[in-house]
Amino acid sequence: MSSIPSDLRYTREHEWAKQEGSRVRVGITAYAQEQLGDVVFVELPKVGTKLTAHKTFGVVESVKAVSDLFAPISGEIVEINADLPNTPQLVNQDPYGRGWMLVVAPSSAGDWDQLLTAEQYEQFLSESGH
Amino acid sequence: MERQGTRAYDKLIFEISSPGRIAYSLPDSDVPERPLGELLPREQLRAKPAELPEVSEFDIVRHYSRLSQMNYGVDTHFYPLGSCTMKYNPKINEDMARLAGFGRLHPMTPAASAQGALQLMYDLGLALAEISGMDAVSLQPAAGAQGELSGVLMIRAYHRSRGEKRTKVLIPDSAHGTNPASTALAGYEVIEVKSDAEGAVDLGDLERHLGPDVAAFMITVPNTLGNFEPRVVEIAELCHAKGAQVYMDGANLNAILGITRPGDLGFDVCHFNLHKTFTTPHGGGGPGSGPVGIKAHLEPFLPTPVIVKQDDTYGFDWKRPKSIGKLQAFWGNFGMLVRAYTYIRTMGADGLRRVSENAVLNANYIMKRLEAHYDVAAPGPCMHECVLSARRQKKLGVTAMDVAKRLLDLGFYAPSTYFPMIVEEALMIEPTETESKETLDAFCDAMIQIARETETDPRVIHAAPLTTPVRRLDQTRAAREPALRWSRPAGP
Repeated sequence: MSSIPSDLRYTREHEWAKQEGSRVRVGITAYAQEQLGDVVFVELPKVGTKLTAHKTFGVVESVKAVSDLFAPISGEIVEINADLPNTPQLVNQDPYGRGWMLVVAPSSAGDWDQLLTAEQYEQFLSESGH
Repeated sequence: MERQGTRAYDKLIFEISSPGRIAYSLPDSDVPERPLGELLPREQLRAKPAELPEVSEFDIVRHYSRLSQMNYGVDTHFYPLGSCTMKYNPKINEDMARLAGFGRLHPMTPAASAQGALQLMYDLGLALAEISGMDAVSLQPAAGAQGELSGVLMIRAYHRSRGEKRTKVLIPDSAHGTNPASTALAGYEVIEVKSDAEGAVDLGDLERHLGPDVAAFMITVPNTLGNFEPRVVEIAELCHAKGAQVYMDGANLNAILGITRPGDLGFDVCHFNLHKTFTTPHGGGGPGSGPVGIKAHLEPFLPTPVIVKQDDTYGFDWKRPKSIGKLQAFWGNFGMLVRAYTYIRTMGADGLRRVSENAVLNANYIMKRLEAHYDVAAPGPCMHECVLSARRQKKLGVTAMDVAKRLLDLGFYAPSTYFPMIVEEALMIEPTETESKETLDAFCDAMIQIARETETDPRVIHAAPLTTPVRRLDQTRAAREPALRWSRPAGP
């Protein structure tokens, strides 16, 4: 079973979200990067873009597939990981750390509670046969 | 065996260039020469001549002959690339396409002097309409994805003509990647519909998304797991009840020729891949051809021009105010239309039905022989292709990609890998009807050998391919740091 840190929240599309003060950092899970294989390209929106929870915000491309990235919460992007264009392998090497994608200023406090806890995400993975 | 001495040939034509060598002398110009500066804007003029390769005629002949010896295609090898229908391309198609009246016809020839070509296109449209149960067909789209775009644009024009504002298109998660791409290009928002455990459309999820803002549902039949969509008629009825159109991706039409028809199943639009189902060349540049068929209510929106017949004369109808317009230079990839027409007339209705029966039989034969050695993605019987999963092998460190690479050493092209995306470690095998039992058996033997090697000697699999002109490529580095341009090595 892939690592699922207990202090993060998760989506069914395999993004993670981390509360950092009033902001939320976003990336994809260890499980997601394992399934994708070697990530070769990450397409992220610009700082200032408004995100809507459950809607796509970008694309991650691996040697196997191209997958949409889904926003865990609504809000405005205040920072993107500038290392990813040149070193997309960070998503594979350190999905919860240096492979982060965005920092978001949330616009709706209720979104956070809709996300899966680590326990729920783990159960979701085992139920869907992963 | 591979030819000795050709495998290692890896020269670019630039690398065999030698200053001053010339292969061809252009004839003297028979129009007055003028300085280039008078003919072209200054910013488009080169300061230095382009560094084109300088080679002799013999150099060119040898260079390309050697490269061509490395060609890999249906004429040399079994090519079970799932969803691509890599079937034999009959040589009679080539004979017909080369007839001077077709092959040397200028696309600007006035309709009155090109009646034979127009009749061929008109009759091919009728034949495709009959095969698919559609009311009209446009032969213009250059390949499947353009067929999809044309179909979706007609759906958009139809809704607009009724004053309806619909903004979404539903597509199953098992779809070919071109479906969401064509749909997005046509200006729609793409909504993914989940598949159930057997890979069929999850009707509950479909109904949940099927609101008044949905323009169409787009689905491949048989689906990408190689199964006939069991509730396809119900799906079409559900969509129509909500005012949505139903589009069939015809990529897998090879499974149902003469057995059922998209039009009879309730589809409003479907495209054909002539380079799959109808034996025009697939790969090697094709080019492809992706005609699109529609029901009568969409006829006003067909791309222009439409080929029409009045009495015994054929012509182009350009006066179609509701048309989505012209999509392709001239009249589509005409040479492919000649080949597909030839194929349909060669086979006849009974022959086409046997095509599908044998395509389905061959796929089931492979699935049956391999089911003890690999996991099967969806319970059979399958249609014209079967999807296996190497998840059992992956636990031993051998992935679908490794299996694919090892197959190259054993003399076969690899199946599609990692598609459909809803199947872990997918290997999608489509043998087509044109392969003999001996070939199918040899392929199955190779697959079984790989399954055994996974348990006994996975090193040989990880090292593969050893017999190909290039060994295993570093796909990751190629994608992360692509070298897209050759540069001349620094001189001595």
